[in-house]
Order: sequence, then structure tokens, then C-alpha cells
Amino acid sequence: MADQKVKSIKGKTAKELNVKPVFLESGLEVNPVYTADEIKESNIKYEMPGEYPFTRGIHPAMYRNQPFTIRQYAGFASPEETNERFQFLIKNGQSGLNVAFDLPTQCGLDSDDPRAFGEVGRVGMSIDTLADFEIAFKNIDLDKITVSLTINGTAIILIAMYVAMAEKAGYDISKLRGTAQNDILKEFIGRGTWIFPVDKSVKLVVDTIEYCAKHVPKYSPVSVCGYHIRESGANPIQEMAYAFCIAKAYTDGALERGISIDDFASRLSFNFDIYGNLFEQVAKFRGGRRLWAKIIREEYHAKKDSSCWLRMIAGGGGGGLTKEQPENNIVRSAYYALISALSGTQTMALCSYDEAYTIPTEHSAEISLRTMQIMIHEMGICDTVDPLGGSYYVESLTDKFEEEIKKEMKTVEKWDGIINAVATGKIQESVSKQAYEREMGVQTGKVPKVGVNIFTREEEAKDVEFHPYDPKGADTQIGKLNKIKASRNNKKVLTCLAAVKQDALDNKNLMPSIIAAVKEYCTVGEIVKAMKDVYGEFKEPIFF
Amino acid sequence: MKILLAKPGLDGHDVGVKVLAHGLIDAGFKIVYTGLRKTIDEIVDMAVENKVDIIGMSILSGTHLVLAKKMKEVLAERKLNIPWFVGGNIPAKDIEALKKIGAVQAFPTGSKVADVAAYFHSIKITA
Repeated sequence: MADQKVKSIKGKTAKELNVKPVFLESGLEVNPVYTADEIKESNIKYEMPGEYPFTRGIHPAMYRNQPFTIRQYAGFASPEETNERFQFLIKNGQSGLNVAFDLPTQCGLDSDDPRAFGEVGRVGMSIDTLADFEIAFKNIDLDKITVSLTINGTAIILIAMYVAMAEKAGYDISKLRGTAQNDILKEFIGRGTWIFPVDKSVKLVVDTIEYCAKHVPKYSPVSVCGYHIRESGANPIQEMAYAFCIAKAYTDGALERGISIDDFASRLSFNFDIYGNLFEQVAKFRGGRRLWAKIIREEYHAKKDSSCWLRMIAGGGGGGLTKEQPENNIVRSAYYALISALSGTQTMALCSYDEAYTIPTEHSAEISLRTMQIMIHEMGICDTVDPLGGSYYVESLTDKFEEEIKKEMKTVEKWDGIINAVATGKIQESVSKQAYEREMGVQTGKVPKVGVNIFTREEEAKDVEFHPYDPKGADTQIGKLNKIKASRNNKKVLTCLAAVKQDALDNKNLMPSIIAAVKEYCTVGEIVKAMKDVYGEFKEPIFF
Repeated sequence: MKILLAKPGLDGHDVGVKVLAHGLIDAGFKIVYTGLRKTIDEIVDMAVENKVDIIGMSILSGTHLVLAKKMKEVLAERKLNIPWFVGGNIPAKDIEALKKIGAVQAFPTGSKVADVAAYFHSIKITA
């Protein structure tokens, strides 16, 4: 210690102790030491995992019986390849798959649209009509797998296709499981696959929630993504605050339709990011979990405990990984996995160490998987619930995070709510400024990054690499589309598209008419066009 | 110098282009940003309208060669001589390919904002 006269550091600030001040990414200052004085006794003494407000975890024994689910991402170009992958997974005893879609499908364009040129099948599976879904799921028992659709702007159409496919194959849709990302509000902040104006986009999300609550109650129609908001430049407090505001916007919409909070809140889930300061992230999740439970119980009067659960996938961490000395990312990811487990996540996924510049190899994907398995089987991470519970520092920071997330949510209210804040670009403007400051911090060395601005060494610059693009694949997809257009009942197609339009005009739930339309093989592009005719398109506010 | 920063194609990742916009403004350049998902025609329209000196396209989805060829075509059709560059996920082997198509420069991800700014300070634009 710099000043020998200071006997105890209890309650002292960094300034009083003459040590360098430390601030978290969220802006909170860290005390040199924490004691019982800094925490609320009521929280630390009485909170229990599996009990409201679930700060310590949503289940009583958490990982003791069953560790978190490991779910790695994968993208396949065609419905045929996706089907092969499903067959392979089922043979190997796995039961879930994330499906990624190409950009035309995400933006509501058919494969033959001029704007889709060069993009068909590039970053995921290409879907034009229900026929593509039928190929992807051929000979697959939908009772045996859960499918996660990574789709937002056109989610209502793809969920309709999933339901239509199941109905046509004779499944009881009241038992159908699965999830969709379907968080359009975060697309306006980061990722950018919006189509319709913000209010109409939210209406469509609420349509899926309402339809699922009534007809497909085991399906999880929305996964609210703080993840992408953080990757766009938000700090950990904003990540949680904006995600909660978004989840509340969907919840309010559902309640306005007369659905009870307990009929859908437990189907809402969240997707969060895990890079950065370990203690800050753990506190973010613990404080966030407590606050979300209080919001659902105190503001929305949910009776069921499961409605109050902050169920989450906490993973990825892409924003923390580097192209420089990429092997260091293996070490970073192991810490990120630890953060996720210490935070009580339900599902975990890790980025591959080489993902920042190349196509992850089987080897790098295996390392990610083994990282999580080593933690589960060798580190004792599943033995006891919430092992950081009771730490003066973590508990104090947890209380702080609960407060600060709440404050940030108030700021959004001052911007007339999240829908308005997104439509006017308020949030985009503030996160992009932060992204710039953060990037400049790294580029100028103010934010230390090992291998990038400290402990660097001469190394060959890593080249970026893409999956080779197959123009023949695009031609095949367009060929299939033309064949469908020639063989379907085009009179019925027009009637169905007119019905979608009429329901949009009448402000009805669009799920039933879209399900009818996809069953007649209306294309994604045709349905989007019918909706655009009524809703118009989002006018992007230009902010940077 | 006035620079148009553009997002062509369907790729919606705009963190990088916005970071560059802030950085170039701080370095003394005038910046116009197109917003997401613009066609090459729309981008060229904006370039003409705003009388920019150079066009930059940010592309992360791997479609840079397709979009660069389109840029060359549209500029030729409209008999315009506006220089243009590309930034984003660009493999090293494609940097030369892009220059052959007509890009004055290509900045792969990881390029330092200061280096990009220095490049624009160093070149003389005679459009």
C-alpha cells in the first residue's frame, strides 16, 4: 500500500487510499475492498435459489441434477444439407439444432429477387416456400427434436411454416415444441434485418405470442437478445435494461390482447453476452434476474413463479475475441464459460477461437465443446448452486446492477418508451458512440487487450476466409422456386395473399391467414409484399 | 474531403462503418452515411446528390466481389468518375481482385481508424 499510515482499508475509497481508481465498463467504480457494510442484509441472508426473486438461480438445485444445455451454432446453405444434418444428429442422440437462414430469407426477399443476387444460401438456409421446409424436415420426427429458428424480420412467416408443416404431417400442434429468435426490436439496434415500421413489427411479434399462447403453448416464440445490443456497443447495464424494455414492450402487447401474464411469460427467454470483467458479468446476471422477477410479479402481477424466471442462453462472447494471437481466445472462452456457469445460465454456447477470421474448423469447434465439458466434469462447477453467492463484492455489485438497470430503463421511458427510442434512433445513436469510444480505447491502448495493444508480438496477419459461395446452389434454389410457382394453385395463392392483406388492414392477428397462405405455397417474398402494401417499410433514421 | 460511407447488399452489420464514420469526422473529414441495405444505384444517387469526393462500401457478408463489379458497372453506365473503396471482411487474396475491378483501396477488418484517416489525408482526389 502506498500510504503506510492507513491501518484498515475498510470503507475507504481509492482516493483516500491513494491507489489507482478502477471503473467497470458500465461506469461503476470498484472499491478496493468490500465488507458486510456494503450489502443489503435482507438479500444475502434470505435469498435462496429456486425462490422468488431468483437472484441465486431459477431452480433450487440448478446444475446438480442437470448441467446447462450446450448448444453450438451451425449454418447450412440448403434445405437438403439441413436435412442431412438433422438425420446425423438424431442418429447421434442429439435433440436440438439452431437453424440459420440466408439474408434474403431474413429480409423477406425470394431467391429470384434482384436484391438477393449473390446472397442466396450464403450465410444460412434459403427458404422461399413451405416446400423448402418440407425438404429440410423430411423423415424427421418433430416430437424428437427441438428446432431453434434464428429469424426475426420474417419470423411470423417461418413460424407459420413450421406450424403448417407440422399440421400437414398430422402432428398435434398443441404439443409442438421449438423456439424462434423473433426479437425484432433488437434488429433495429443491431443486425439490421428489419422490414416494417417499428410499431407494426412489434405487432407481428405480438401476433406470434398470441397465436402460440392459444394454439401452440409449448412453443417459445420469442428470445429477447441483449447479446446483439451489447455487440453493437451497449455496456452491460444497457444490455440488460434495453432487453428488459424490449421484453416489456412485447408483454404489454400480449396483455392488450387479453392474454394472461401467466399464459405466456414463462415462454419468454433471453439471449445475453458474456465477455468482459468476470465479476461485472456475474453481477449483471444476478441483479438482472432479481429485477426481472420483480418486474413480472410487481408490475404484471404474475402468480406463477415460472413466469418470473429469467431463462437465458448466456454465451458467445464474440466481441471479446481477437484476430491477434487467436489461441488466446481459447483461454478467453474458458473464462467466458466460467462467467456463464457462475451466472446460472440455462443454455451455453461459445464462439470458436478462430471464428473472428475464418470458418471454424471441426477442431476449433471441438475445443469449444471440450472447454464446457472440462468445466462441467473437472472443475466442480455443477456441485453447488450459485457459488459466488455471499461474496461481499459480488453481492454488492449485484445490488448495484439491479439499481442501475432500473435507472437505465427509466431513461428509456424518458425517450417515450423503447418503440419510440428505436424508431427515432436514440438508442442506436448512443450505442454507436460507445462502440466508437470503446474501439478507440483498444486502438489507442487505453483499454488493455492482451496480444492486441499489450504483450504483442510480431505475427503474420490472419487472413479472413469464407465458405466458398456456390452460384450453382442459388440457381438450383431459383429452379425449385420456379417449379413450385408453376405447379401450385395460383388462383388460391392470390386469394390467400388478398386475405393476408385484408387481415393486415383490419388489424387482425396475421398468423391464421399466413398459415393458410404458406400451405398454398405462397412465397416469403409474396407474403412480405402483401404486408408491405398495408404497413409500409421502416425508414431508417441515419445516425452514427 | 467529403466521403460517402455506404452499406450495400443485405448485410446489416453496421458497427464497423459507424466506428469509421466517427473516426473520420474526428480526423477532419465530412461524412455522409447511407444507412442499411442500399442498392448500388441508390448509393451512386446519394454520392451525386451530396457531391462527395469518394464512396466507401462496408461489406461483411462475403459479397464484396459481386457488389464491387456492380459498382464499376453502374459508374460506367452513368459515365461517372467517382473513386470508391471497400472495407469489411475482405480476404487478402481479394484485395488485389477488388483493386483490379476498380477500387482505389480495400481496408480489411482490423484496420486501424488512424491508418484509414492517414490514407485519406495522403491521397489527392481529382474527380
